Amino acid sequence: MSATPHPAALALKLEGVEQRVGAAIHLYPLNLELVPGQLNVLLGATLAGKTSLLRLMAGLDAPTAGRIHEGSRGAWRDVTGLPVRQRDLAMVYQQFINYPSLSVRENIASPLRLRGVAKGELEQRVATIAEQLRLTPFLDRRPAELSGGQQQRTALARALAKDAGLLLLDEPLVNLDYKLREELRAELLQLLRVRNTTVVYATTEPQEALQLGGNVVVMEAGRVVQSGPTLQVFSRPASLAAARAFSDPPLNVLPARFDGTRGIATLANGAANGLASGLSGGLEVALSPAAVAAVRATGVNEFLLALRPHQLHSEPGGCRSLTLQGTVELAEISGSDTYLHVHTAGGDVVAQWRGIHPLSLGSRAHLFLDPREFFGFTCEGAALFAPTAAAGET
Amino acid sequence: MARIELVNVGHAYGGAANAGTETRWALRPMTMTWRDGGAYALLGPSGCGKTTLLNLISGLLTPTQGRILFDGKDITQLGPRERNIAQVFQFPVLYDTMTVFDNLAFPLRNRGWKEAAVRTRVGEVAELLDLAADLKRRARGLPPDAQQKISLGRGLVRTDVAAVLLDEPLTVIDPHLKWLLRRKLKQIHQQLKVSLIYVTHDQVEALTFAEEVVVMNHGEVLQVGTPQALYEAPEHTFVGHFIGSPGMNFLPCKLGANEARMGDVTLPMDAEWLARAAAAGTEHQLGFRPDAAEVLAAPVASTAGAAWQPARVQSFQPMGTHSLLQLGFGGGSVWVRAAAAFQPAGDYVWLRPLPGKLALFADQRLVPRSATEASIAPHASTPEAGAAP
Amino acid sequence: MKPVNQKAWLMVLPVLLCVAFSAVLPLMTVVNYSVQDILSPTQKVFVGLEWFREVMQDPDLHGALLRQLIFSACVLLLQVPLGIAVALAMPAQGWRASLTLVLLALPLLVPWNVVGTVWQIFARDDIGLMGQLLARAGFDYNYASDANDAWSTVLLMDVWHWTPLVALLCYAGLRAIPEAYYQAARIDGASKLAVFRHIQLPKLRGVLLIAVLLRLMDSFMIYTEPFVLTGGGPGNSTTFLSQYLTQKAVGQFDLGPAAAFSLVYFLIILVMCFVLFNFLKAAEAPADATKGNAP
Repeated sequence: MSATPHPAALALKLEGVEQRVGAAIHLYPLNLELVPGQLNVLLGATLAGKTSLLRLMAGLDAPTAGRIHEGSRGAWRDVTGLPVRQRDLAMVYQQFINYPSLSVRENIASPLRLRGVAKGELEQRVATIAEQLRLTPFLDRRPAELSGGQQQRTALARALAKDAGLLLLDEPLVNLDYKLREELRAELLQLLRVRNTTVVYATTEPQEALQLGGNVVVMEAGRVVQSGPTLQVFSRPASLAAARAFSDPPLNVLPARFDGTRGIATLANGAANGLASGLSGGLEVALSPAAVAAVRATGVNEFLLALRPHQLHSEPGGCRSLTLQGTVELAEISGSDTYLHVHTAGGDVVAQWRGIHPLSLGSRAHLFLDPREFFGFTCEGAALFAPTAAAGET
Repeated sequence: MARIELVNVGHAYGGAANAGTETRWALRPMTMTWRDGGAYALLGPSGCGKTTLLNLISGLLTPTQGRILFDGKDITQLGPRERNIAQVFQFPVLYDTMTVFDNLAFPLRNRGWKEAAVRTRVGEVAELLDLAADLKRRARGLPPDAQQKISLGRGLVRTDVAAVLLDEPLTVIDPHLKWLLRRKLKQIHQQLKVSLIYVTHDQVEALTFAEEVVVMNHGEVLQVGTPQALYEAPEHTFVGHFIGSPGMNFLPCKLGANEARMGDVTLPMDAEWLARAAAAGTEHQLGFRPDAAEVLAAPVASTAGAAWQPARVQSFQPMGTHSLLQLGFGGGSVWVRAAAAFQPAGDYVWLRPLPGKLALFADQRLVPRSATEASIAPHASTPEAGAAP
Repeated sequence: MKPVNQKAWLMVLPVLLCVAFSAVLPLMTVVNYSVQDILSPTQKVFVGLEWFREVMQDPDLHGALLRQLIFSACVLLLQVPLGIAVALAMPAQGWRASLTLVLLALPLLVPWNVVGTVWQIFARDDIGLMGQLLARAGFDYNYASDANDAWSTVLLMDVWHWTPLVALLCYAGLRAIPEAYYQAARIDGASKLAVFRHIQLPKLRGVLLIAVLLRLMDSFMIYTEPFVLTGGGPGNSTTFLSQYLTQKAVGQFDLGPAAAFSLVYFLIILVMCFVLFNFLKAAEAPADATKGNAP
């Protein structure tokens, strides 16, 4: 592709890193290790600490405590507090940041010029990257003459041109139109796959994290809640916080009582107004032996059952042995799916149904549940059990 | 509360002198009626003219041509204040120095309401928006979702509001809060029966929010329809592409007497439909949604009329609740949605677009499946349950 | 734990040296003078705080300080509202905006002593345009002989000279307010006054803080223009602190008291700015306080 070989992707190790500004704690002590060449997604709500963490990784800020080590070809060096100039990394922000007085060509060339790349090679590399990001027709324009999408493409091209061992992307697509975001995300993913660069990509959107794949680091209120391969974290969240962060539409959480002798959980408050079917106490959920053991081990009878919206099914069948009833508060139709907001005795839930289900406000909805698909959490939010792998989709 | 009629309304920035050429229209002349108490969305990419249209309705802009009627009354020349419009902007617009209460009371005080009446009304609206507990706090210190609710509340306090306009109001809101805020918005819509017009580039927001969606591109209204109609029967390829994630797949095709050919793939189709398509234009495209095809990891013997075609796997994305496959198919590239558990066994999978869900386009415009269908209103489609692959 | 980067110190060293020679060393010299009686270059006597005591009891100084305080207060009271008003009245865009900006900037480009000279001529009752006009209108105006006239002429000159600065700052501040605020206000039915009070003024707060600080400091140190215009007279009516200081140091060569007074003067400005800055900052702070809380 380009004349010079790509430099090695960097490994990054954060040990007990924390960040305080005055009395405010931006990051609680955390440990994190990034594998070279891996795509890592930082997933969390606004102010969860994603940007703070990126800035520490970049060396834009020094941590209040802890060490940051950078590994290149197996050799480690301590880069804690080392200024960003002395690091081999590139960063793209959610705002479209380019040199306003330079043409797109010069913008992309700027990191190469800084490094003193020879003229012929420089031109060739700029042309290659511009082609990949579809900027070739705009090379002689100034950033202000471009659309938002093209401006961000330019910023991405500049970062990629640098060919750094670490690429930090702070919600790079958030300020773009929905459809543009979709296109650029797919293109970016293709480009990153063939590059030997460690990537950290911050986002607030669970869907985006799933699309990007790779590894995910789930953050909440300044803490790393869980990290690991994206799909694994999605299907086996270690805590309620991780499950919530990774659910869009929001996770449905229902308080339940555990009957240890029968190995059965009862969804709370069922009989109070007779909305949920089932026996005297409410909807009874037969738990798997593993789940029973997990709940029993806590020694507490109250716990939380959780279901993702797509696990509240529109039709019975298979192992969907439970029926949750409620009144429809809202049916949102997205074209391919219907999002049903249902008020049940156990609490308000959101169901995601494939296809179009024009249920009117106030009508009865029957939600069919498969006991094997339940997540279980303690009331404090620790994971008890997760759905067995066999439980599929709608 | 009012019915809003746009009669041949068009707008060009810089005035009529600029309006001559087609390309100068920020909004091409269009006629449309929005019923009282409806929830509408204006959907399109940046620069498609949706904000221009919104500003024309609110009175921040005066159209270059045409008339705007509220309940039959011509208000084209009136300013925003006289039109009784409320607007929520992309970023929370608050009066920084005021408390939440004063922010909500501001439009009423400007209109000379008695303080006791202000108190009652603000109390009601705050209750509706779950802001009652924050009334004494400074508006500026609240989280973005509460701030947007205050912006909305400033519109709702007035009892004479003709319509509430929302200009990408969820831009600064985190995904999980978007659900709650949108739900609140819908509840208010149902309780107050106020007309809502919602501008966005985000199809999920537009479709889930609105009863009818106006899809725009390059200053032109391409389709007005229910979310279902836009999804199932897009009248223009742009609508098909823009709605859905990923959008509709389009494959350039050659029409035969009884079949359509795309690259090395041939699909049998209704002769009469093909004939009408051939008459309607010169460039033809076959379209189908990513969830309007079945996919198998291993080949099966083809059955009559529904041949399984091999398709090369270009990318495979497990999405947790489902998987997305990008496939080389029919001389192009298509996206297909498969079950979460699906795993391609090799470089190829076997694909079958559902014949009942194919769409045919001539020169970018939809060719209806039957001659009579063309006359049916786009939003009169029948409900259909669980169409999963 | 902040990282210690030796290189950073090297980088700022030139600046530190410059500051040392231009500010710290002269200041130390002044401190040195303020505690000694210098009889001749070779004869010096340490006098402790004697000069300070003398300076603090000097009635001329009290007069100058009072005049100075009144003058600075007038400057702020006139220039800040006037500057805001000018900024509000300025066209937002187009050639008119550019023209206004250039015209406004003109007084700022004129050398200070030239400002004094211009006004000296402009206000003369025999040949000056303003002086003539006032005389024809029946006013008995002569800034060279009447203390009140001199005083108001100096003030007027300062307003002419520096209001554009306030106006330009406010203009920049106004342009930074997003259009949505004005649109919302129109929809909410807000009057022009309400828009000013609830949108423009709050959004200008940061800019005004800078404007007030700059004008306060500058007006407190005013020297050149009144020196050229009135020479501090008639009598002492337009002798402000810096001129009084110069008279002491250069005119009477009372180096000790002048040095002591310089330090007092310096402290007064420092304290005033500190107090004002914190006061205005605190007025702004509560609104932002919630921002920093969450991580």
